[in-house]
Amino acid sequence: MVIIINFCFTLQYKVLYMEQNQEPIQQLTAIRNLMERSSRFISLSGLSGVSAGVIALLGTLMAFFYLGKEEPFFNIGSYTLLPAQKINQSMWFLLIDAVVVLVLALLSGIYFTTRKARKEGQKVWDHIARRMVINLLIPLMTGGLFCIILLYHRLFLLLAPATLIFYGLALLNASKYTYHEIRVLGLIEILLGLLAGWLTGYGLLFWAMGFGVMHIFYGMMMYFRHEDVKEEECKVNSE
Amino acid sequence: MKDIIGKLNKQFESRIRLGIMSVLSVNEAIDFVSLKDLMDTSDGNLASHLNALERNGLIDVKKQFIGRKPNTRYSITPKGNEAFKEHLEYLARLINQQTI
Repeated sequence: MVIIINFCFTLQYKVLYMEQNQEPIQQLTAIRNLMERSSRFISLSGLSGVSAGVIALLGTLMAFFYLGKEEPFFNIGSYTLLPAQKINQSMWFLLIDAVVVLVLALLSGIYFTTRKARKEGQKVWDHIARRMVINLLIPLMTGGLFCIILLYHRLFLLLAPATLIFYGLALLNASKYTYHEIRVLGLIEILLGLLAGWLTGYGLLFWAMGFGVMHIFYGMMMYFRHEDVKEEECKVNSE
Repeated sequence: MKDIIGKLNKQFESRIRLGIMSVLSVNEAIDFVSLKDLMDTSDGNLASHLNALERNGLIDVKKQFIGRKPNTRYSITPKGNEAFKEHLEYLARLINQQTI
């Protein structure tokens, strides 16, 4: 399957430099277009990554200032040493903070992706979007439940690594159905998660890196690679 | 010159048929409605092309029910895959020949 796609792409690049016979060239362009549209979710907007990253950074900052009152550094791990009441208090704050960040990030992601799909005249919720979301959700939900188990056992130390690792695995799994950048982003999140598990106590810092900075970075990269160009192409075509 | 191009598969002369094969070659299986959205054509037109491809053994059809709604899923057969690959190679030869 992959071989066929690669084969098609190579052919198309060859084709770009000559215009003698339009017929086979048009056929290949149509084939490639349909293969891509039917097997990859290409409406995913880079801007949704950027907005999710910004929201995540704001959420981490809030957590930092809240914790900073008692703990000068990013050390969530040392909270296990605090009185039980304090732990509960900050746990609820962090949990609500995390849920608010998640919901806002998802909403902004859906907004930008729908906008991109509409601009290109594509359906947002088609079979490939469904497949991508299902493949994203299986590891993500497993991770979510695992984090609840961690909270239940009060293993706060492992919370940051677990969220990052499972999120990375979810992206890796979903990347089969969308842009290649998502795969690389997933691998980076897994790496950050493993690092966070090693350097416990810097959870917030790793969250800011993984969910904030990386999202913004990859969102911008995807935007400039896939969207900015298309807008220019449209302009050229309309002229 | 005469036979390097090989045979043109008459099956793939139609835009819709070629489109169906392209989609099925990269998807395990796909249902009628999704296929229709991708191809941007009418029900009847798509159905008649699908029937022709099925008759020739290039695609496989599975009918099932999801709840009460009928759901038809299409997938490519090994024979169909072979034919599609041959067609791509045919296009490649055609283009390569022009560059020389």
